[in-house]
Amino acid sequence: MHEMSLCEGVLLALEENAISQGYKRVKTVWLEIGALSGVEPEAMYFGFDVVMNETLADGARLEIIHLPGEAWCMQCSQSVQVSARYEACPECGSYQLHVTGGEEMRIKELEVD
Amino acid sequence: MCTVCGYGEGDTQIEGHDHQHDHDHSEHLHHDHGEQHGHTHDYGLGPAHAHAPGMTQSRMVQIEQDILSKNNQYAAANRRYFQEHGILGLNLVSSPGSGKTTLLTRTIDDLQPDFAIAVIEGDQQTTNDAERIRATGVKALQINTGKGCHLDGHMVGHALETLKPEEGSLLFIENVGNLVCPAAFDLGEAHKVAILSVTEGEDKPLKYPDMFHAADLMLLNKIDLLPYLSFDVERCIAYAQQVNPRIKVIQLSATTGEGMQAWYQWIAVTRQIVLVGHPALAV
Ligand SMILES: Nc1nc2c(ncn2[C@@H]2O[C@H](COP(=O)(O)OP(=O)(O)OP(=O)(O)O)[C@@H](O)[C@H]2O)c(=O)[nH]1
Ligand SMILES: [Mg+2]
Ligand SMILES: [Zn+2]
Ligand SMILES: [Zn+2]
Ligand SMILES: [Zn+2]
Ligand SMILES: [Zn+2]
Repeated sequence: MHEMSLCEGVLLALEENAISQGYKRVKTVWLEIGALSGVEPEAMYFGFDVVMNETLADGARLEIIHLPGEAWCMQCSQSVQVSARYEACPECGSYQLHVTGGEEMRIKELEVD
Repeated sequence: MCTVCGYGEGDTQIEGHDHQHDHDHSEHLHHDHGEQHGHTHDYGLGPAHAHAPGMTQSRMVQIEQDILSKNNQYAAANRRYFQEHGILGLNLVSSPGSGKTTLLTRTIDDLQPDFAIAVIEGDQQTTNDAERIRATGVKALQINTGKGCHLDGHMVGHALETLKPEEGSLLFIENVGNLVCPAAFDLGEAHKVAILSVTEGEDKPLKYPDMFHAADLMLLNKIDLLPYLSFDVERCIAYAQQVNPRIKVIQLSATTGEGMQAWYQWIAVTRQIVLVGHPALAV
């Protein structure tokens, strides 16, 4: 249950941020999750509710912003979209790809009070 | 539980790290306990919790922080510690039963005359692996993660306090057998080494691309069994390179010893890089 540990990471970040920003409750959490991050959004929603139970984010809403997988193809010298790390370039079939986006697992924004 | 850092709150147990006593956390060199991050469970519980007037207004906070940033801070502290002490830290990752402990005991037997060696063993339940390692005569510490399926930077920081690897030593960290989350949790190691045994099927690198992408070296173990299997070595290596063009591959057998010299050579060369800036430790 990888996502459970990630949710614990989110909670740690919220607890620290609550002290530095001076708030007591988190109502909504926006996460940016890249297509190549290996994170299952469904498991994340589930883990989020379990981990946030009886914390400053008890009952908070989780919003996931999906970011596409992007890579630079060295064969055709252009940026292409990929949905998995082992995929070939959709234009030319080369595996010489440099992932440039889609690995994100980031806490973007919070609604607090 | 560590009263300062909240560590040991779940069911993680570190051998020799007694969290019952109130130990003085000034000795926790590897992470800054100045800020509280213990889970406090007293925020606004129940309807009786009265909000001060004018305090119920919602507001937005831009946080822009990696989910794993806390782990990454602990990992960075461990990495600094390894650098200062000329320690080569290797994080061994694989599925359960691919041969990590067998590989380690053989490696230790062969390299012990030349290097100081210490081992951190990650396992959900048992201390068997640490005992197998200690039987070789080197220092080993078991971390039991309980339900947790990977080691994290914080656990390893605590383990280092107790284990105290020697200056210039090799530190092997056997992660929990799992090809998923250990890819994401940096421990501060110099390299992740993925062990894949030929009994597992050649498409593992494609099924767990994050792990083979994160590893710098793949050890293809149990090659003594190849005559009995239909495992396609070339195809497996091609898959690994497909997810990670930079990955190095060594084929070996931890039981017969075939191919182990190439692994030792990789360790020796990698250690030289760690020892740049530590002339006294370079032997
Ligand atoms: N034939 C053969 N068997 C091996 C080899 N390496 C390990 N084994 C066997 O594989 C089994 C598992 O080995 P371990 O070393 O315990 O594997 P591990 O990866 O440490 O296992 P966990 O810690 O439980 O994940 C044991 O029965 C070993 O004897 C090898 O090179 N060849
Ligand atoms: Mg083992
Ligand atoms: Zn292309
Ligand atoms: Zn402690
Ligand atoms: Zn701590
Ligand atoms: Zn895990």
